[in-house]
Order: sequence, then structure tokens, then C-alpha cells
Amino acid sequence: MISQRCKGAYDLLPGDTECFRYIEDAFRNSCINWGYREVRTPTLEYLHLFTSAGTLTPSMLNKVYSFLDWDGWSGERVVLRPDGTIPVARLYTENLSKQKTAKLFYITNVFAFEETGKENREKWQCGVELLGNPNPTSDVEIIMLAVEVLKNLRIEEAEIQLSHAGVLKALLKEMKLAPQKEAKLQNDLRDGNWKALSKIKADNPNTNRLLSLLLDLRGKSSGFLKNLQALPGTSPELKAELDNFAQITNLLDSLGCKYQIDITSTRGFEYYTGLCFQFLVSNQRVGGGGRYNDLIPLIGGKDTPACGFALYIDPLMNLVKSRTGQNTDRGVMVKGIKATPEIIKSCFSLAQSLRNIGYIAEIDFDSRQAKWRWLVTVQPKSPRFIITDQLRKQKKEAASITKVVDIIGGSS
Amino acid sequence: MLNTTNYVRIALPKGKLLPATSCLLQEIELGLENYNQDTRIYRLKSTRLDYLSAKMFQEKDIPIQVAVGNYDLGICGLDWIEELLAKYTESPLIKVANLEYDRSNIYLAASKHGGSSDINILPTKWNNWRMVSEYPNLSEASALNLRLKKFSIFPVWGAVEAYPPEDADLIVLRAKDEKEIKELGLIPLKNLLSSSAFLIANRDSLQTRNISKILAYFSQGLKKRKKPWLQIEPKTDKYSNGHYREPDAKAIRLAVPDGHQQKPAIEFLNRAGLKLAGYSGDKVLNRRPALNYEWINAKVIRPQDMPIQVANGNFDLAITGIDWLLDHLYRFPSSPVTKLVELGFGGVRIVAVVSQKLPVNDISDLKNLVASGKLSPLRVASEYTNITDKYLRDNHVSWYKIIPTWGASEAFLPEDADLLIENTQTGKTLATHNLRIIDTLFQSTACLVGNKNSLKSPAKRQKISSLVEIFRRTAGSNQT
Repeated sequence: MISQRCKGAYDLLPGDTECFRYIEDAFRNSCINWGYREVRTPTLEYLHLFTSAGTLTPSMLNKVYSFLDWDGWSGERVVLRPDGTIPVARLYTENLSKQKTAKLFYITNVFAFEETGKENREKWQCGVELLGNPNPTSDVEIIMLAVEVLKNLRIEEAEIQLSHAGVLKALLKEMKLAPQKEAKLQNDLRDGNWKALSKIKADNPNTNRLLSLLLDLRGKSSGFLKNLQALPGTSPELKAELDNFAQITNLLDSLGCKYQIDITSTRGFEYYTGLCFQFLVSNQRVGGGGRYNDLIPLIGGKDTPACGFALYIDPLMNLVKSRTGQNTDRGVMVKGIKATPEIIKSCFSLAQSLRNIGYIAEIDFDSRQAKWRWLVTVQPKSPRFIITDQLRKQKKEAASITKVVDIIGGSS
Repeated sequence: MLNTTNYVRIALPKGKLLPATSCLLQEIELGLENYNQDTRIYRLKSTRLDYLSAKMFQEKDIPIQVAVGNYDLGICGLDWIEELLAKYTESPLIKVANLEYDRSNIYLAASKHGGSSDINILPTKWNNWRMVSEYPNLSEASALNLRLKKFSIFPVWGAVEAYPPEDADLIVLRAKDEKEIKELGLIPLKNLLSSSAFLIANRDSLQTRNISKILAYFSQGLKKRKKPWLQIEPKTDKYSNGHYREPDAKAIRLAVPDGHQQKPAIEFLNRAGLKLAGYSGDKVLNRRPALNYEWINAKVIRPQDMPIQVANGNFDLAITGIDWLLDHLYRFPSSPVTKLVELGFGGVRIVAVVSQKLPVNDISDLKNLVASGKLSPLRVASEYTNITDKYLRDNHVSWYKIIPTWGASEAFLPEDADLLIENTQTGKTLATHNLRIIDTLFQSTACLVGNKNSLKSPAKRQKISSLVEIFRRTAGSNQT
């Protein structure tokens, strides 16, 4: 059969969806327990929301799904949401900006064209945004929240890599490049092309030294950043950014959170202004985030410091797949021998009674194979109910629904 | 698809690129003698290489035809190749050789009268920059690269230079050099691309077929000392951008057509007592002809582009065709454009056309044939993409693909399309190409269209209704 599925689009089969829900539930539970509230933004947004922010690079914007709506004769284009954070920043600006702090989370799909069609063009992510707080404690809070979610998913081996867009920007400023050259370099870095940076040499040898140290070395504690701060020729702006970075790592140290400092670790740092981080499992990115203090004013809101992260559901699904699936222990197949009115009535009321005590009860009149631990056959004559425990390979008989419920319910 | 036949197919341009291309092909002796300006046939066979055949297309269609694999080779301007690649970066298209003629540049430009003449200012402002161009993909790429905060792109069929400053802030257009841009009262902001004619190939054809002999003919030719094809200047229409006047908020803005509709429109306007200087019979077409009524501002643009311009309030009234009005309304059902007067000239039928060889008598036969899977997806070529889409939806045809064209659609049948939605006056051209009409969608004539909102404007209401009355009377006298 020829597949009619769109290139770059994927179906979630029952097993995949269970896996998806498992991640979603772990994420939602943690967020709610930490005091965050869920939001949803529309799939369609105006293109200019993303161009006006000036934070997505042309190469990213070239991959958005944009088109004219049915009333788009003014040339105003809409897009399928290419990013999770910008719409939430818009939602906050339009509806919640009176609150001093807003703690929001969402589970959403984002769309980006991918040329080969072999990878997903529609990707799902679980995201958190903490709006209105400039302090390092909030950077740390969202990292620890993400760590908890991963822990609840039983992904213990996640590695945390830290970078800092503020440090990087201060360094770029010290290189005193021509505005166009700097803009080009920023685009290159946002697209993950770090080689472009190593090619450029600043006039000041101290800047070069610091740059090559940052590009080459990997730090594992706040001490590394303090060492850099103490190097000769570090400007006050750069010192301030390094100080912010060190404060955050200090807090992480005290919470016993392990990380690696790698300035080149953040791909597509887009709108970030301060700390950036990403989570890796066996070298695969499963999440990332950072601080974006300039985004909300850029899309027309007032000055609002903010930070957030997103976990990528697609790679996470591969990691947790083996741990999910239906729990067949808590399931019963209620099988009617014949579809007479009397038997149908018994089947439905037995199934309901079993559901009331927390069992999955599936009704069948077509003699399908039972995938559950329990099978109850409903007959017109005595014994009315035959109960089979397929796990223990035992058979029992019962005369009433109450008796059946007692036997199955009392077994565990 | 190409491998099933031994033929090698080359797509050759009609129009402005034809004289130089024809000269080049003659010089390299590829044996495509009938490829010249007088030819009325679209399909040619080489007398030199019996496996080489050619078909003529609008230049704009050629990169698409080669990319989809209908043709192994093609000749067209680099501008149209880059326009395709700007959006469809993965198109399997290889630039084989720069043929060097028809040199020009693609500029981002603005009017010297508008507020958008400094390229460094553009990304800092929160304006919605209106961009008009025949190259919408190159325009979008340049807007993104400039990091404009907000922009709208209006793809047009032509007359780009006429839009700024009133109806566009930025345009992307083709010109020989900066001087030519400046002569139009425009300021070149950036040279986006230097273009010239190119020989292109389909990637699969290059990888899987032996077309070396044909390529060798080109290589030999390009090595020649004398290259007479480089001396041939493409013929272009002369036009001037007229005299720019500060916009008068109370004046009625009227769009009048160029192209086929121009002559009957002039006659009609003359009968209505409207005289437009520089619009009728003059050698150089003035895009802003002065009128004998002070309170009317007229501009000459393409009839295809008028409905969307009226919808945006750039014009209060426009003389276009019912066909283009419907194509617009089918795409934008809530558009404020409305038909005011049928003018009684430029009558055509919009018809559904198939090849004589296709065994169908009407659209329901065709629907059944497509449903049977024998002709699926149905390939439909048309200039009227929205009319076509609606027609096929309404007739429950599935599955189909629309191939947008820029004229000369009849050449697409039967090899490159199965169905054509096209306009025809007498049906003669269609018959000479062995084509058959299976349905008439509707009759179209020239009409006056207006914007419902400007009809309500107190400043303009009275002037518009008196002008509509003049048009109505003139159209009425025509019909009697």
C-alpha cells in the first residue's frame, strides 16, 4: 500500500501515544507541584510576531510554514507556530503582564521545514516559562525543575551543559567588529557555526586569549568562571556577565547539581541574553533553555526579565519507550457467549462495576483474543460467570456480579 | 519518467530571450531550425540529433519544468532560477553553463519620494513594509536577510515600477543597471543578483542519462571567438513612470490596464469622455497618465493585479476582467472588492480543455477517469489557480495537482498537463493545437470593480458614484 502520509509527518500509534502521555504526565505533575500553570497558544500566529522579535535568524525564518489566510489580501501572512517561547511571551504581554511574576507551562507542537523529509517537521515539546524574575535563583529553579522531570522519567544519565549568551555578547563587543560583521557573526553563532568565531581575531590580545580559553576549555565548577574573571584585561561588562554566570553555577554547586560549562554548547541561542543550558543523553539533545530578558520588549511588551526551558518529546520518547505500555494486570475482558439482551445487560453492568474499582474492563461479543490478565465469560445458564486468571492459569466460577468483583478485586 | 523514453527534451524560452537563444542554437548547429520568432508551433525536433526534442515555454516556467523532471535541459535567466531556489532550495536543478546574454541585475529599490530610501533605516522601523515584485521569493529572502520587523509581499504580474511610493514601499525588479532604475524615479538600495541566460539541467538527467553530446555542442559554441548572440539586445517595451504627484486624499484613484485590454479600454474611456495623456497610441507608455478630470488619479498596471490592489485600498476603482475578479474572490472570500459595471468589451469564455486524444466528453467523464486511478493525480495547468481549484473541488475531482503558468498554457497539453483552464475568444487557437473544450466555466468581460469601503467614504462617495454612472451609461450605449 502506498503511504498517503505527508512527507516529514508522523503518526503516533497507541504504543507511541502511551509513551507520549507518560512524558506529558510526568512533566505536568512536576510543573503543577512547583506552582506553574498550564497555557495553550493558537497554532496560527502572524509571521511578524517572529520577524519583529528580530531573534530568529533568516535561515530559521526560511523554514517556517507561512501562508496567506483566507482574508490575507493585505499580504499579512500567518505561520504554523515555529517556536514555543515567543507565542507564550505574546500571551503574557497581552493578558498577564500586570502580574509581577508568571509561572507558565505548555505542551505544544512546533513546525519547521526539514529538507530530507526523513525527520519530523512537526515536533512536540514541553516548555516552562518563568516571567518577571531577574534573579539567578529563577535560572536555577527552572534547571532544577527540568532535572526533576527527567528524574521522574527515570532518565538519570542526563548531562547538563551550560553556556552564557551575555558573556558571549560582551566578548563580541570587546572584539570591536564592524556592525555588519558583528551581525553576520551573531547569525553564524545562532546557527551553531562556532568555527566562524575562532576565525576572527580581535586587536586586543587579552580578548583573544580569553576567547580561546572559553572556546577550548570545559569547566565543571563555578571556580572556572572565577578564574576567568580574574584574568588580566577583562572588561567591567564582561566581568558582570561572568559574575552572573558564576552566581548561578555557585547555586547549582550548593544544590549538588552536576554540569559542564561549554560556551559552544548552545545551538541556536536565538533570543537568549544570559544563561543558556541544554540537556544531553548519550550526546543527543533532549532539552534546552535559558534567560531571555529582551524578548518581551522586542515584541511590544514592557521590560520583563524571563527565563524558560523546553524538553523535546520526540527524543525522550525513544528513551522511555521500553518503560511504558498498557498495564494488562489491571484489565478484564468481559466476554458475552451470545449477544442476547439478558447477557448484554449483564456484561455492561459487570464491566461498570469493575471500572468502579479501578479496572480497565473491555466488553466483547466476537470471541476476540483477550490481551488482559482477566477473562470473564458471561453465560445464559449457571454458572453465569467463569473467571480465568490468565497470569496464574486459574479458573473460578461465580453466580453474581458482586462475587466476580470480589474475586478479581480481592486477588491483588 | 524520463528514462522510459530515449528522447532528450529541452525547454526553450519564448519572449524576450528568444532572439538571442535562437541565434545561439543556430550557431552551435543543434538542428532546431524552427525555433524562431515567427514560429507558431511549440514542439520542435532536432534535424541533427534525432533523439533531441524541444518545447517552448514562458521563461518563468522553465526552471520549474526542468526541476520537476519534465525536461532534461532548459534555457532561462538566472533570475528565474534563483527565484525558484530561494523558496525551494532542494530543487534538483543544476546550472550547467552561463550563456552570458541578456545580462541584467535584480535590485531592491524604493521611490525617491517615499520614506524608505535608506536601507539602514528599514530594519529599525516598526512599519509594515509593503513589497511588490514579480519575484516574491527573492523579495522574501531579502526582507528576512535585512531583518525587516514587519513586511507584506505582493506578487504581481508586472508594472512593478509603477507602485512606489503610494502603493509600495519597496520593490524588487529587474533592470539593466542603476541608471535605468534612476530613470524610473527610483533609488536602487541593493543589487540582489546579477543575472544572465543560463543552460540548466535536471539533476537526475545529469546523473542517469547520457546527454554529453548535447552538452558538447554548447561547450563548442561557447568557446567560439565570435559570439553573435551576445550582440542581440532583447526587445523590451518602453514605458515611463510619469510625473509623480503628492497624493490627494480626495482624488479618486483609478487603475487602467496595459496589455491586451489596453486598446479596448482606451476606446471605452474615450467614449466615456475620459482622455488619458500618454495612455493611448503613444510610443512610450506613461504609467501615470494625466486625465482631463483633475479629481481622478490614474495608474496603468496589469489587470491581473488589480483586485488585490483595490482590496487594499490602493485604488478606489479599476478596470479589470471578471476572470481576475473571481480568481481573487475565490482566494479571499471576504475581500471588499466588488463588481460595479460590466463594460461589454474583452469578452472571453473561461473553458476546461483537454487533448483530443483524451477519451472524455465532459467534466464528469474526467472525474470518473481520475477516480479510476488511470489519470491520478490529474495535472492541471492554468493562469487562474484559484478558479481552477474551486472548479475541481466543486466537481469532486480527486486527486489533482495545479501547475500555475504565466500564459501559453496550451503548450502544456498533453505531455506536461492533462487539463487546462484557459480563456478563449473563438476557440480557434485551441483547435489548432489539437485541443478540445469539455466545459465552459463562465463568460468573462471587462468590468469596473471598486472597494466597498471607499464607496462608503464621505469624501469620495459622490465622485465615485458619478464616475460609475458615466461608465454605466457608456457601457449601456455600447450594448444597444
